[in-house]
Amino acid sequence: MNVPDDLFYTDSHEWVRQEGENARVGITDHAQAELTDVVYVELPKVGAQAEARGQIAVVESVKAASDIYAPLKGTVVEVNKALEGNPALINTDPFGEGWIFVLKMDSPDDVKQLKDAAAYRAAIA
Amino acid sequence: MTTAAPKKTPLYEEHVRLGAKMIPFGDWIMPVQYSSIMDEHQAVRNNVGVFDISHMGQLVATGPAAGGWLNEMLTNNIDKLEVGSGQYTFLLNERGGIIDDLIVYRTAPEEFLLVVNASGTEGDFAWLKKHIPANVDLQNRSADYAGLAIQGPRVVELFQLLLGSDAELPARNQIGTFDYNGGKLTIGRTGYTGEDGVEVFFPARDAPKIWNEILEKGKTLAIRPCGLGARDTLRLEMCYPLNGSDLSPEHNPIEAGLAFFVDLSKPKFIGRDVLVQAKESGTANRLAAFRMKSKGPPPRPHYGVWLAGERIGEATSGTLSPSLNQGIGMAYLPTPHARAGTEIEIEIRGQKFPAVIEKKPLYKKS
Repeated sequence: MNVPDDLFYTDSHEWVRQEGENARVGITDHAQAELTDVVYVELPKVGAQAEARGQIAVVESVKAASDIYAPLKGTVVEVNKALEGNPALINTDPFGEGWIFVLKMDSPDDVKQLKDAAAYRAAIA
Repeated sequence: MTTAAPKKTPLYEEHVRLGAKMIPFGDWIMPVQYSSIMDEHQAVRNNVGVFDISHMGQLVATGPAAGGWLNEMLTNNIDKLEVGSGQYTFLLNERGGIIDDLIVYRTAPEEFLLVVNASGTEGDFAWLKKHIPANVDLQNRSADYAGLAIQGPRVVELFQLLLGSDAELPARNQIGTFDYNGGKLTIGRTGYTGEDGVEVFFPARDAPKIWNEILEKGKTLAIRPCGLGARDTLRLEMCYPLNGSDLSPEHNPIEAGLAFFVDLSKPKFIGRDVLVQAKESGTANRLAAFRMKSKGPPPRPHYGVWLAGERIGEATSGTLSPSLNQGIGMAYLPTPHARAGTEIEIEIRGQKFPAVIEKKPLYKKS
């Protein structure tokens, strides 16, 4: 299972890439493998206020709808419109083209409270 | 809900070994998918797929009065069954509500095999036992048998590989017994997918060996093991009802649009009076099939159905149809609104999405 070293992770299987004061967010390879066949993504609205661990998006497989949680407190500044036409990007490239949204973090130091790659690897082992 | 450990079919270890995702299903733990519901669905539509249906129940009724008695317990007409033939039928309560849907085969002049839903097995058996006359014997043989549903357009080719090139499968809705590797396979030409296919039953101890031989022999036909996920998308495209979701003791077969499997010319069967009334005066609700009109989230069971600002029902089934690449579902709706072409809305997380009532089945093979 792919767990890139340069990302941060949540217990609910989101990943975070720190980009200055922004955080790009998606779901992990492990999460997409568990869900399989993503058929719909309900994106958050740009400008939405995200609470840490608050429900912010929905990823649907054939079988079920799964909530996606904001890893950090902040404001949604960008969403991945490509997922509207091609939700399967989450399956084929979870850490790249399959990103879901970008948050402008209220306090970028919050990423330190997330899991690093080693801790996440241990959590899903 | 029961707190007992989930029941495992004789193929549990094989599913785990293949990497299946296992989920609770009633009292059982069953594979929901092996790799991908989409791929498994397409395997059945285009080639062939194999499902573990060992959890389904087998009840055997025997005796000179067995046929006459079953005719008073079930909605379809047993007298129409020659030896080796089967029919889809319902077990009803006195209010005409559906206890279970099942297939009954006449396996000998005075012997009948009832293949019932896993979740219904205990209840069906108890209900039938309560009404059984002294000169009929009824056995619950569910634990003795494992079963596979093998479904898809290449099923005949598969059985020629398994049983020899001159092997001839029973005709649609027929059942037969075949010698296989020193044992016996009971093969019924039926299924729950809308494709050509069979349901095969054999002694539980033979299950892992037969399962692996079928997967091995089927390799050249691109066979895939398929889970409950694909079973649900395949059956819902065909609008085949799922007991516990689309069928329940609160609904009768007329409301469910399944009057074809009810013979009201029979003088007597449990629930008949209610069904005669339902047929004569019509039912307030009908089970309708719908299709989402736009790309959007797939419908799911219990989502609200709206018409002109009013909530008129809720979905009993819903999914993304892999064949149509659209959301589909079924719902009991007031009869005037259950007609094909009616525009409705499905409420998904507080937002309403347009849908339209369609004729059944939702999927037709081109």
